[in-house]
Amino acid sequence: MTRLTVPKTYKLYIGGKFPRSESGRTYEVATKKGAFLANAALASRKDARDAVVAARAAFSGWSGATGYNRGQVLYRIAELLEGRREQFIDELMATESLSKSAATAQLDTAIDAWVWYAGWADKYVQVAGNGNPVSGPYFNLSTPEPSGVIAIVAPQDSSSLLGLVSVIAPALVSGNTVVVVAHQNAPLSAISLSEVLATSDVPGGVVNILTGSPAEIAPWLASHADVNGLDLAGAERLEWVDLQIAAADTLKRVLGPVVGVPAPSVERIVQWTETKTVWHTKSLI
Amino acid sequence: MTIESAIALAPAERAVNLIGADLTEKSLKLHLEGLPGVDAVGLEQRAAALGTRSIKTTSKAWALDTIIKLIDLTTLEGADTPGKVRSLAAKAVLPDASDASTPQVAAVCVYGDMVPYAAEALGSSWSNGSDNGINVAAVATAFPSGRSSLPIKIMDTKEAVANGADEIDMVIDRGAFLSGKYGVVFDQIVAVKEACRRENGTYAHLKVILETGELNTYDNVRRASWLAILAGGDFIKTSTGKVAPAATLPVTLLMLEVVRDWHLLTGEKIGVKPAGGIRSSKDAIKYLVTVAETVGEEWLQPHLFRFGASSLLNDVLMQRQKLTTGHYSGPDYVTID
Repeated sequence: MTRLTVPKTYKLYIGGKFPRSESGRTYEVATKKGAFLANAALASRKDARDAVVAARAAFSGWSGATGYNRGQVLYRIAELLEGRREQFIDELMATESLSKSAATAQLDTAIDAWVWYAGWADKYVQVAGNGNPVSGPYFNLSTPEPSGVIAIVAPQDSSSLLGLVSVIAPALVSGNTVVVVAHQNAPLSAISLSEVLATSDVPGGVVNILTGSPAEIAPWLASHADVNGLDLAGAERLEWVDLQIAAADTLKRVLGPVVGVPAPSVERIVQWTETKTVWHTKSLI
Repeated sequence: MTIESAIALAPAERAVNLIGADLTEKSLKLHLEGLPGVDAVGLEQRAAALGTRSIKTTSKAWALDTIIKLIDLTTLEGADTPGKVRSLAAKAVLPDASDASTPQVAAVCVYGDMVPYAAEALGSSWSNGSDNGINVAAVATAFPSGRSSLPIKIMDTKEAVANGADEIDMVIDRGAFLSGKYGVVFDQIVAVKEACRRENGTYAHLKVILETGELNTYDNVRRASWLAILAGGDFIKTSTGKVAPAATLPVTLLMLEVVRDWHLLTGEKIGVKPAGGIRSSKDAIKYLVTVAETVGEEWLQPHLFRFGASSLLNDVLMQRQKLTTGHYSGPDYVTID
């Protein structure tokens, strides 16, 4: 007797929940050769709006956690990814037509990127912050603080999982919350990553993952007044100059398109922070 | 029948006209309990169906402006200060400082002792008894519980009116209502209505808060609405905002149906005010649809329909900014209340 297949419904990840698109739309995800793999939700501008609301609501909790705590939570994501290797390797092989070794290599690099960024959560402040020399009886301290809600277009060319991890992890390290548009043609590993996030102590709303057309969603995120930063890593084939102009209207920090996948860097962490400088009187010495 | 039931009630004009000159606890009870029961399933389905309309573009712009014009901007906290009331009044006058075309709200709603500060802060925008401008509404009669004696409730009301309140939001004695003493509730509403009389003989508008969240059944809501209208209320209001559930669409629909029935019967127009728990423009638009479909668009005016709300205004302003600018707005672009 043959067993019926149980195909998976791939949905969005907004506010810690897995809703379908508000618009009710889906699109077909296929292998590179065109064979049907799954239906994924085709997110609309209203899903993006809801995601920003969820991200904003989650910001105070996530940015208020200690860097040490955030580091632990980010490290746990890597632990859980490790435990679901088979699933991710299968999905990468199917969507990107990779060999098993190439898929494994991508997953390993992605997990290592999580671990690398997790380690920075309680250290980047010491690197990016400073005790400024002043001639007076004061301490003058500059410390980086998270910007807020970061909207991201994930890399769209190759490495769907590694590309996603390489753009969301640096934003999360300092305490930002993110709304990310996943790889359009290979979104399956992004949605499976959201299942990992949902079970790894990351508060709901800290990461919100949309699947669908970046060309459709990105303009709404770029012009959204409640988004504080815009990462156009995967926007090379979009009208990214227009997106930058739209972002400038509400004074967002913007990172431009990247070829391939951005390498791990402290600069990516610091990009999504703002520097707070305070004076503090020296007590009696 | 107890002896009490023969006691004559205050001869409120509407009740006398409808029930007859022989107005006693007994005749009132017979009248209220003779009202047909509410089909709860039908009511909820009807409300749900009215909530499915999709209102877009120009209709939405109209709806948002209408909602703002119908808002009683409210602060009813123990921690209210004159400064908080002043900032609320400033927001009532100019809801969106970035867009002067934004309409003003209908009224600010505060505790009785805050009325002078509200009136002063509204300045020339205060209606002060006229038909133009922003009203000051005061909650009275031992809000929100209503648990005090009648003389104290009357004093509470008179003080607010003397301070300049244009509207009085009174609470009914839910304890008396639920124990079947409709006459007590009736007499109290009549007495408070009389306390709303100003020195020049005009009356402050009386809104009667039923606190539907404590009335338990739709039948009770219908009876309480009918009772409040008979006793002379100008408005019937769902809730204080202090009890959950506060305003719901089915309850508001039911109260609108009572108002419609009363209009058909007597030609008089009674106002309805859902209050508490309406926080998003989307919800508020459902109420507009319900009003228009139940009593008619004529009711979408400040003297016949109000929203009791505080956080609703910010959401409406953000939606309004979205329509004018073409991009989504955020909480950084409206005031922190």
